[in-house]
Formats: sequence, C-alpha cells, structure tokens
Amino acid sequence: MNFSVIPISYYLVLSAVLFGLGMVAFVFKRNIITIFMAIELMLNAVNLAFVAFARAHNQLDGLVFVFFVIVVAAAEAAVGLAIVISVYVNRQTLNIERINLLKF
Amino acid sequence: MISLPFILFFLLAALAVGAAIVLIVAREPIHSALSLILVMISLAVLYLLLGAEFISAVQIIVYAGAVMVLFVFVIMLLNAGVEERTDFSKLAKWVGPVLAFFMIVELGVWFSRSAIGRTVANGPDSGTAASTIDLSKMIFQQYLLPFEATSILILIAIIGALVLAKKGE
Repeated sequence: MNFSVIPISYYLVLSAVLFGLGMVAFVFKRNIITIFMAIELMLNAVNLAFVAFARAHNQLDGLVFVFFVIVVAAAEAAVGLAIVISVYVNRQTLNIERINLLKF
Repeated sequence: MISLPFILFFLLAALAVGAAIVLIVAREPIHSALSLILVMISLAVLYLLLGAEFISAVQIIVYAGAVMVLFVFVIMLLNAGVEERTDFSKLAKWVGPVLAFFMIVELGVWFSRSAIGRTVANGPDSGTAASTIDLSKMIFQQYLLPFEATSILILIAIIGALVLAKKGE
C-alpha cells in the first residue's frame, strides 16, 4: 500500500463518523443549545465529504457548495439562537423535554 | 514510508472524533461549545490538507469565529448550567434502541460494500495554487444568481432574528 497519498475514502469514513456522532448527540442531549450544536457538527461532517469529493474529481463545484452551506448555516444559527432565547424567555427552561406544549 | 500528510491526517481525525465525543459526554453546554470549536479547527486544517485554502479560511472565520461566538454568547446570556437528565418519553425508550440497531447495521453494510472498496486516490496537485482564483471566478460567474439569493437570505435572517429576540409586549 502506498502511504504517500491519503485515499479519499479515509476522509469519507471520517465524515461519516462525525455525522454519526452528531446524530447521537442530537438524539441523546437534553439541552436545546447542545442539540443545536449537534446540527452544526453534522453540517461540518457533510462539508468535509463535499471537499473530499471536490478533490477526488478535481472540480470546484463542491467547494462552491460548501461556501453556500457555510453561509446558510450562519443564517440558520442566527435565527435558531433567537428562537432559543425567546423559548427561554417564555418557558424559563432549556430542557427539550420540558418544552412540551404541543404534546398531547 | 509513512509521509507527513498521512500522520497529520490521523492526528487531526483523532482530534476531531475525540472532541466530538467530548461534545456528547460533557454535561456543561460551554464545554460542548469549546469542543465543537476544536472539531471545526481540525476540520479547517484538513481542508488545507485537501488543497482548499479559501474554504479553510472561511471555516475559521465564519464557523469557529462568528457562529461559535454567537453560541458561547447565548450560553452565557442564558446562564446555561449543568444539563438536567430527564426521561419523560416512553416512545423514545422503546423505539430508540431498535432504530439505533438498524442504523448501525445499515452503516456497517454501507462501509463494507462501497466506501472502503472504491478507493479514489488524491488527484494531481496541479491547479491547487490558483484554486482561490478559480473558485471566485466560479462563484461570481456560474453561481452568481445563488450568490445574490444568499444575500437576500441573510437579510431575511437578520430581520427574523431581530423580530424573534425582541422583548415581547
């Protein structure tokens, strides 16, 4: 095996592992801010896969896509954290299981 | 002979995965936020390793800088302390392990069949030096309309954040 170049599949496996860990955090955490951070972790994992594929195919479209993903994630973080603040103002809690007004 | 990029890749991969595990294990939200910053910085170095220096800089400035500062600011503003462990949902307790089992089996099948088998080596190093120039040409010519659309999206996000976070009457 040639050890001078890193195979793209290594990056894809790392991306999948990070995405899986983000999913685990999304399911297991109870704090609404930490759940939001898990979403950011999953977005980062997908970005890594995009960059790896762009490198593998020698095309820049993947990098443009990553750029747009980062921009949208920044906008999403601003709106999402505003929602978190207004939830805390109204309910005085950050625990996702105590925010259950829509639960029957 | 194991080369320097190879060692660097494994170091950064271990750092990213370890920090992601700390994100799950930590009880304090601020510890989770700091470990997420560590994940983002190690991913930025991995982007450099992949020859995407513009994306690496954007990752540091926008993600590790702006977005995570926003997170840390909100954690401190709301004084978010140790996470309380509640267990209200009965559905999650019974359906969750079954779904997790199927997810692990699915990922295992996918790894063993496709990802490892189809190993694509890195492309040649040609063109990486002018990568940022090519990228900007692409964004401002071929992808000009989506680029303008994101500016409207950010404007909407600013207005939305202001409306949501303002004091309710």
